[in-house]
Amino acid sequence: MRIPTRQAAPVVALALSVAALAAGCGSTPAQNSSLNASTGHSATSQRGAFPVSVKAANGTVTVRSRPAAIVSLSPTGTEMLYAIGAGGQVKAVDSLSDYPPQAPRTKLSAFQPNVEAIVAEKPDLVIEAGDTGQLTKKLAAFSIPVLDLPAPANLAGEYAEFAELGRATGHPAQATQEVARLRSQLHQIVAAAPHHAKPVSYYYELDQTYYSVTSATFVGQLLGLLGMKSIADQAKGAASSGGYPQLSAEYILKADPDYIILADTICCHQDAATVGKRPGWSALTAVKTGHVIALNDDIASRWGPRVTDLLHTVETALARNSSR
Amino acid sequence: MKSLARKAGPARGSAPAAPAALPRVRAGRAIAVATAVLIAALLAGVAIGPAGLSLPIVGRTLLTELLPWHPALGVPAIDADIVWQLRLPRVLLGALVGAMLAGGGAAYQGVFRNPLADPYLLGVAAGGGLGATIVIIAGGSQQLLPVAAFAGAAAAVAVTYVLGAGTRVGRGPGSVGASASIVLAGVAVAALLTAVQTYLQQQHYQTLQQVYSWILGGLSLATWSDVLLILPYVIVSAGILLAHRRLLDVLRVGETEASTLGVDIARLRLTVVIAATLGTAAAVSVSGLIGFVGIIVPHTVRLTAGPSYRVVLPVSMIGGAAFLVLADIAARTVQSPAEVPIGVITALAGAPFFLVVLSSRRARQDLS
Repeated sequence: MRIPTRQAAPVVALALSVAALAAGCGSTPAQNSSLNASTGHSATSQRGAFPVSVKAANGTVTVRSRPAAIVSLSPTGTEMLYAIGAGGQVKAVDSLSDYPPQAPRTKLSAFQPNVEAIVAEKPDLVIEAGDTGQLTKKLAAFSIPVLDLPAPANLAGEYAEFAELGRATGHPAQATQEVARLRSQLHQIVAAAPHHAKPVSYYYELDQTYYSVTSATFVGQLLGLLGMKSIADQAKGAASSGGYPQLSAEYILKADPDYIILADTICCHQDAATVGKRPGWSALTAVKTGHVIALNDDIASRWGPRVTDLLHTVETALARNSSR
Repeated sequence: MKSLARKAGPARGSAPAAPAALPRVRAGRAIAVATAVLIAALLAGVAIGPAGLSLPIVGRTLLTELLPWHPALGVPAIDADIVWQLRLPRVLLGALVGAMLAGGGAAYQGVFRNPLADPYLLGVAAGGGLGATIVIIAGGSQQLLPVAAFAGAAAAVAVTYVLGAGTRVGRGPGSVGASASIVLAGVAVAALLTAVQTYLQQQHYQTLQQVYSWILGGLSLATWSDVLLILPYVIVSAGILLAHRRLLDVLRVGETEASTLGVDIARLRLTVVIAATLGTAAAVSVSGLIGFVGIIVPHTVRLTAGPSYRVVLPVSMIGGAAFLVLADIAARTVQSPAEVPIGVITALAGAPFFLVVLSSRRARQDLS
């Protein structure tokens, strides 16, 4: 349903360039093999062992045989399935799972899951993120295993989800390789980032009502790898909001962050120009120095295989500005 | 007030409130008190905010901007912007919206002779909500949003009026039935548009949060252009409503009685509805749906300063402006820097306050 915007094209190009860069600079044989695996070309003979018990947010789930008709109700889950080479087993994905493009998108809603429509797909495994509408309980009546893979709290959580998803779909080796690829690429991006004497402050915008992230969130930790620190950390109620406090224009102006990072470029059509036109914002250091980073909302909110793209976009902007 | 009541003497028995029992409160004094509260609220609104600027900084910024020669008083650029670009437009927009919602509510209560009438009675809220939802879902620009909300609000009222006034119940357009059928048409139109709006909202849940925050209403994104956008509508609307305050007073004795006194009720009703719709639709288009102001403020004014529209209309407008500015101060400071939806504040603070006024001794005397 989401309309691709002009933001999407450069990000895809970026994703390709990251892969090319990493492959080109790959220093160890281990890293190279992991990259090959992640592209899905390596013909792994290991098809996993079934029945298998995997751990998910909804407890221990038993998958009796290698799934051949997976329904994914999670855009992140869809990206992860394809990253570990399970794309061929995917039968249907929800209306928002627009990446990779070959994923069989349907009208299935992840937001208001319709049990009847899901069962009609005759899935042998359902992936969801957050148990919306108690889907696990409802699908249990049909003996359909459901894997609830909610947004992870940190990278370790994401790696663990990859491992469980790999075992549940019969791709444990490729899942391990994908995690190794993520680790090594993130490491390379961090190593390439410019060093700053003190933390670089940033305002991360989730929407136009100034909801933001603290340094303790998944994205905040990722940016922390680059030596960045969120201005939302000091906001009252930052912790009680689960790391996603609402700021105000006044608060942001007063904090005067080094960088403004926009994760509402697709939903709300925000960019450096619109930010600069907001009343009072033209006085901000980040606006005056052109330190406004536009992220693809989808990549920024799906913590799966493309977290490397997210970090790379920010790192590129940091490097460009520090070399000036 | 008294003279009108005497003119309407023969009908006094059927009037909703017996004018003879009213306390003697002069319009001038009530207006002066409300204006003083409004000025205090405006000053507090500019002085208070999450950035915690000192009063001298705020004062020097205002001096720099307001004095014609713009003296440089050494205020940091960002602090000056916080006061001039964020706080002042927000405070002024709150005042305009509050004045319009309270004034529109008071006028509707008068013209429909219905104490529960509020500015959203004839579909302004539902129409505005639908217009805004469509633009948000279609990915329209931020500039288009108030235009669509205004158009939706005005169109909804137009449909309501045509349907309601066309369905003549009783003895022609001046009858009690015409007034009631317009209100009923408003209920139906609002229900229909809200259903469409809810359907669209649920179908496009990617934009749910944006739609929801618009529906809740608020002033957090107020800019000078919003203030300038609605200012002409508010001035025209408030002017027309105030010009009809005496006719609304005549109407207080009853529609039939007012008709025999020579009031063209259908025309009065149409004029008030058009004026109130222009103003409230403009208010809704920039601030979303802020509830309760249109009911609480006029009734509080009635209970404290008497039911004459020569007092109720101007004091409701001034008091509504002050009330919404104060509510907005609470909205942005209670959980600072996060914002509490202003509609929550207006209901939380307004409802108990209204109940206190209602149960006060004087109020009981008035209503007896």
